[in-house]
Amino acid sequence: MMWRIVKYVCRDLFRGKIVLGYAAFLLLASFGLFNLGGEPTKGLIGLLSLLLFVVPLVSLVFATAHFYNSYEFIELLAAQPLRRNTILLGQIVGVSLALSAALLVGAGLPIVLYAANLTGLTLLVVALVLTFVFTAFAFLGAVIARDKARGIGFALLVWFYFALLHNGLTLYVLFLLEDYPLEGISLTLLALNPIDLARLLVLLQLDVSALMGYTGAMMQNLLGTATGIAFATGVLALWIAAPLATALWIFRRKDL
Amino acid sequence: MCRLFQHVLLCLAPVALTAADLHVGSGQTFGTVRAALAAATAGDTVIVHAGVYREGSLVVDKSVTLTGLDRPHLDGEGRHEVLTIAAPHVTVRGFDIAHSGNGTLTDVAGIKIANTHHAVIERNRVEDCSFGIYLSKSHDSVIRHNEVRGSQTRAESNGNGIHAWSCERIEISDNRVVTHRDGIYLEFATDSATTRNTVEDNLRYGLHFMFSHRNRYRENTFLRNGAGVAVMYSREVHMESNHFAHSWGAAAYGLLLKDMSDSRIVGNTFDHNSTAVTMQNSNRMVFERNEFRANGWALQVQSSCNDNAFTGNNFLGNSFDLATNGQLELNRFEGNYWDKAESYDLNRDGVADTPYRPVSLFAMLVERMPSSLLLLRSPLVHFLDRAERIIPSLTPDRLIDLKPAMRPLSL
Repeated sequence: MMWRIVKYVCRDLFRGKIVLGYAAFLLLASFGLFNLGGEPTKGLIGLLSLLLFVVPLVSLVFATAHFYNSYEFIELLAAQPLRRNTILLGQIVGVSLALSAALLVGAGLPIVLYAANLTGLTLLVVALVLTFVFTAFAFLGAVIARDKARGIGFALLVWFYFALLHNGLTLYVLFLLEDYPLEGISLTLLALNPIDLARLLVLLQLDVSALMGYTGAMMQNLLGTATGIAFATGVLALWIAAPLATALWIFRRKDL
Repeated sequence: MCRLFQHVLLCLAPVALTAADLHVGSGQTFGTVRAALAAATAGDTVIVHAGVYREGSLVVDKSVTLTGLDRPHLDGEGRHEVLTIAAPHVTVRGFDIAHSGNGTLTDVAGIKIANTHHAVIERNRVEDCSFGIYLSKSHDSVIRHNEVRGSQTRAESNGNGIHAWSCERIEISDNRVVTHRDGIYLEFATDSATTRNTVEDNLRYGLHFMFSHRNRYRENTFLRNGAGVAVMYSREVHMESNHFAHSWGAAAYGLLLKDMSDSRIVGNTFDHNSTAVTMQNSNRMVFERNEFRANGWALQVQSSCNDNAFTGNNFLGNSFDLATNGQLELNRFEGNYWDKAESYDLNRDGVADTPYRPVSLFAMLVERMPSSLLLLRSPLVHFLDRAERIIPSLTPDRLIDLKPAMRPLSL
């Protein structure tokens, strides 16, 4: 039954202009970046910055808006003999898949054309994961806040924290603890931000040379090995699961 | 007149007769190289046929040519210095030389050339020797087309591949040196040329020289050496068209310059090094037409460096272009291509209309606090760098390329 909801949501979203617009924007920007720099690596670096910035933002705002826009449909579904979990999960997966499809077309196509290598693939996978993480976060905010303005506010706050504030805090903490061994702390700080994890997974492919120094060697040991990559993947999975489970838990008890 | 001519011929005859070929090998005139060397006189050629020769330490103390036919194998059995050359004008070619002894007080080599001159060592293979080819106080000598391979199992007694101490006008060309401690090591070696060598996978430095002035290094390749290439305390050195690559690690450098002066680094390629070039205490150096590609740091220039010029180089895809701990106000950066520069060219003369500051705020941050490298390419760092470019406050304000190129330069 969940997959039928997913299908409805996807069909509905593809009919609307926003997902198509998102795909078109990414497509344009990616082709622009790859053609501007001349070097594929430079294009990839530009795309990394762009995707780490745009994907969380769009996922958060779009998914939040979607929840409030289809509130009546959700109410209708809730009146049917359906489990609450099925309803919300259907919505979340539907939105995530629609955004992922846009990402695959908008960024995946240029990556395949211009930078079909391990770095490009890592970037694409990581962007897809971020789509799922932040869609889950958006739904968490939406099921908590009753009105749309608050929901969007929550979404923007989450984005601002993970995109910028967390980096600032990391820098501050590193400065404070300059004289101490920082391996454990850095790893914890990294794990606390899905965008940072995503960024570093790509950097391990992209800036190999710079990362061969002391700090890099540390990072390489932490994240570059098979266990490191497994750890990062596990933490990212947790970043999807935690907001998702919380959103479902709240939605089950929510008085619609 | 005719008689006189005959007389001259007669006088020359003994000389021509003594330039004999002495054959060594089973079934030949001489059974051992040692016997042939004892019988030889200056100008002779000792031809050694294929086979394994275990004759301890051979000393060549006459001006002869040693030629190996089908690669005869001279073995030091892990106890001896295989070949020592103590006479001028000796040529050694076509041998396999292996398994020298180890020295604690003296350096033991596969081929040692000591206190002589005009030695030619060519087309030999030197394997598993403490030092490979070792020159000491031997001017005007040539080492070419040799393959020198060290043995990792020797650990601390693994010496340098090609080692020259106190020599003038030597030529080291077309050799291949792998898995030694230092690939090519020069100390007090002056007015010499090092050309077209391939130096790979050595434990410490690919090339290491000190107090070696007026030398030329051309078209050499240095790959995957433990700490890269380190050159020190020398002046008027010319390095051109060399390739420095894959020196990885916190203390590994494509090229480390320490106390160097008045030298030219031209047309070289540096790629995939943790740090391509690091400079300490070096003055009046010229960097021209080099390509820095995909390094962690392209340049690390310490504040103790003055009057250096970096012109017409390409900086492509490096994580950082330049790091420094000072102001570098007495150094000149001009007409380079920086792929991180964002500028425009209204009059279309190929020169960007806005100057470029190669040191970013983040580079300074990482210099002070290496662990902040964790934030590489994060949006925060991006914004900080952007803001700093517009209103410079912390980065050195005089460190600036006033005429950056708009496009990569063809070098």
